[in-house]
Amino acid sequence: MSALASAPSSSLTYAPVLDKRFGPKARIEARPAKDIATITLTDRSAYIEVARFLRDDPACAFDLLLDLVSIDLLNAPAPLRPRDGSRFQLHVILYSTRRNDHLRLIVNLPEQNPRVPTLVNLWPAVNWFEREAWDLMGIEFEGHPNLKRLLTHNGFVGHALRKDYAAGQRWLCTEEDLLQTDLAAQTETPEDIFETMTVNLGPSHPATHGTLRIVLRLDGETIVAAEGECGYLHRCFEKMSESHTYSQVIPYTDRLNYCSPMINGFGYARAVEDMLGVEIPPRAKAIRVILSEFNRIMDHMVCIGTNLVDLGALTNFWYAYQAREAIYGLLEACCGARLTSSYARVGGLSADVPPNFDEWSRSLFPIIKTQLDDIDGLVSKNRIAHKRMRGTGIVSRENAIAWGFTGPCGRASGLAYDVRKDKPYEGYDELDFDVPVMTDGDNFARYYVRMEEMRQSLRIIDQQLRKLPKGPVTTDDYRVILPPKEMVYNEMEGLIYHFKVVFEGTKVAPGYFYSSVEGGNGELGYTIVADGSGNPYRLKVRPPCFPLFAAYEKIIKGGMVSDAVATLGMLNIIAGELDR
Amino acid sequence: MSFIKNTLSWIAPPTAPGVQSGAGGADFLTTKLDVLVQWAHSNSLWPLPFGTACCAIEFMSVVSSHYDLSRFGAEVVRFSPRQADMMIVAGTVTDKQAPILRKIYDQMAEPKWVVSMGVCACTGGFYRAYHVVQGIDEIVPVDVYVAGCPPTPENLMRGIIELQRRIQTGDLARHRQNKTYVPIRVGEQPVIGLPAYSQSVMAPNRPGVSEMPVMADSAEADMGAKADVLKHQGDRS
Ligand code: SF4
Repeated sequence: MSALASAPSSSLTYAPVLDKRFGPKARIEARPAKDIATITLTDRSAYIEVARFLRDDPACAFDLLLDLVSIDLLNAPAPLRPRDGSRFQLHVILYSTRRNDHLRLIVNLPEQNPRVPTLVNLWPAVNWFEREAWDLMGIEFEGHPNLKRLLTHNGFVGHALRKDYAAGQRWLCTEEDLLQTDLAAQTETPEDIFETMTVNLGPSHPATHGTLRIVLRLDGETIVAAEGECGYLHRCFEKMSESHTYSQVIPYTDRLNYCSPMINGFGYARAVEDMLGVEIPPRAKAIRVILSEFNRIMDHMVCIGTNLVDLGALTNFWYAYQAREAIYGLLEACCGARLTSSYARVGGLSADVPPNFDEWSRSLFPIIKTQLDDIDGLVSKNRIAHKRMRGTGIVSRENAIAWGFTGPCGRASGLAYDVRKDKPYEGYDELDFDVPVMTDGDNFARYYVRMEEMRQSLRIIDQQLRKLPKGPVTTDDYRVILPPKEMVYNEMEGLIYHFKVVFEGTKVAPGYFYSSVEGGNGELGYTIVADGSGNPYRLKVRPPCFPLFAAYEKIIKGGMVSDAVATLGMLNIIAGELDR
Repeated sequence: MSFIKNTLSWIAPPTAPGVQSGAGGADFLTTKLDVLVQWAHSNSLWPLPFGTACCAIEFMSVVSSHYDLSRFGAEVVRFSPRQADMMIVAGTVTDKQAPILRKIYDQMAEPKWVVSMGVCACTGGFYRAYHVVQGIDEIVPVDVYVAGCPPTPENLMRGIIELQRRIQTGDLARHRQNKTYVPIRVGEQPVIGLPAYSQSVMAPNRPGVSEMPVMADSAEADMGAKADVLKHQGDRS
């Protein structure tokens, strides 16, 4: 079932240098064509050295850290388990903005005392990823500045994503557990201590749009120190997915970034399809592109609408939601649900679009355009909006890369990386669209990039509608997808396929895979580890707003509280995907 | 005056209040104070959106222009618990969030009502996991359960209208006093493990097990499983 054409290692320009420098300590793996390049460390002690080489050597230049995946291989079958019997594994997913290339660095860790040195000094973005790995998997990072729980609460005992942790085991959280923040630890005591005070922003605060918490130390209106905290919506998506089949995970993915639910589902389905080597029909691809772009518009609409509410411009919120309602109608016609669509299937889509899809989609254009123009007219040249957004929350390009920014926020800082352009999928390479990039890096740039992206999305939809192919929307590989009802009722074989898919799920050959799409907020990546059964062995999401929120406390330091609110809204942190 | 007459006959049972013409031709209104207060309450609900997850996005749809909840007298969305009397819990509540939910509930002034929007808030939904509260009735008493994931805006509005009706008839207050109170459920009946949690010290004004209606077998089984989870919480080492 799997197309295991191994990538020729000659295409890896850095292979000879790496080989010369580290010899047997680091091994380049043969990977399926669609996966990213992989280096496995055979000698754990070379971890930092290899990592530094990968970042600094001009042939590698992996300057952006995308994700850190921790895996517990306790029950894993032989092909997954390393020969030395290590229990834990770390995958560091890297990206080179200069060479447009992904890389995975694997290091194995023993069962007793799993610990590695921290990478914080190489990629600051790894800070929270390491805290998460410590929290959920119990891997220790030596020299980490602030290694404590991130997603679960302080009353939690054990490490939830380990295979020997029972999924239903809860621990009581009391109010005292929530009061502990280490704000004092990260700031030098200001000189006249009486002038500062500590303020809690969130986790239930109108400006946080969900369940984020930021503890601020204020000197008057100025922020002298800040500490972000997340996990208030940690719904255990990754643990839940381990006890569901590959298709059953799809409803969970809708609830990651619930402002643009379909993109998550399509991204996940694509990851599994690539892993299986299944090709979906062109019509399914085209529909995925169209609906992804509609979802992107919805996502940006919420971001801009709600943020402008915080800035005191309530009207735009109603405009933005008007456009959303119109799009909801279309989505509902496609899949029957407004928000949580579960429209993707591994191998295609759950159903074809309605017959008047084309006209319906086109009828939305004027509505969306009107709302966009209205918002544009009210805000883009508005003096108050400029005063609030220009020059606040500035992130330079260097910082954006160091902190792991992708998506609109990265592009607002001059980091011209868009998965749709740079690693095209589902036929984005055949479409003509622009990726708006600004260099100011402030809130206004983030606002403006999003506005422009919505117009580009309309362009994409228009082109794709014009050449929407006819045909089926699912593959005919019935080991992956449910066969049509006539086949199930009339043919023995159909019945068997149906039974197998429902009861056992799609079986994926043992291995690991990384695949990413451009989500509403940036690169949305899925790392899937399969053990040959119908359930994912481990599923790790790279939520695009995780690094954004991790950097938030650094962005707002030294600014005013009111600017912090504007910045938070424009980063567009979605708690569902932040905490998973 | 005829306007008031019409309105009153619409909102309240015709027997309670009335508009009468006095001897000198002057109109005056007779009513019980309770009825008037309940009428006022029911038509000026001030919602406090405790939005945590996807349901909050749908709640925003309900209050924005297309569905416009203000048509039903519940438009003044307030984020301060001191200024609100109807808490709408929209979204998944995790263990980490639970103490905050309880605190905000405590800060609201009586009379107050709780609407649990979505299956996550009602039962934990399909997150049967280590960090998710399996129904907010573990921590606060709930007046209306609205099923759906997320509930459609119509469903939520129906829940609120039902709540208004109950406030008007005085059912809620009376039942609370007599502990015969059964919450409203809108939409497909979610399986709700009420009694197990209502024993919790955190929800003192919930009726005890014996006073609750008998539940279906499946519901009890489900509840048992949840009670087990809860029991584990106690033995934190
Ligand atoms: S009920 Fe469904 S839509 Fe609502 S918060 Fe839970 S998962 Fe999200």
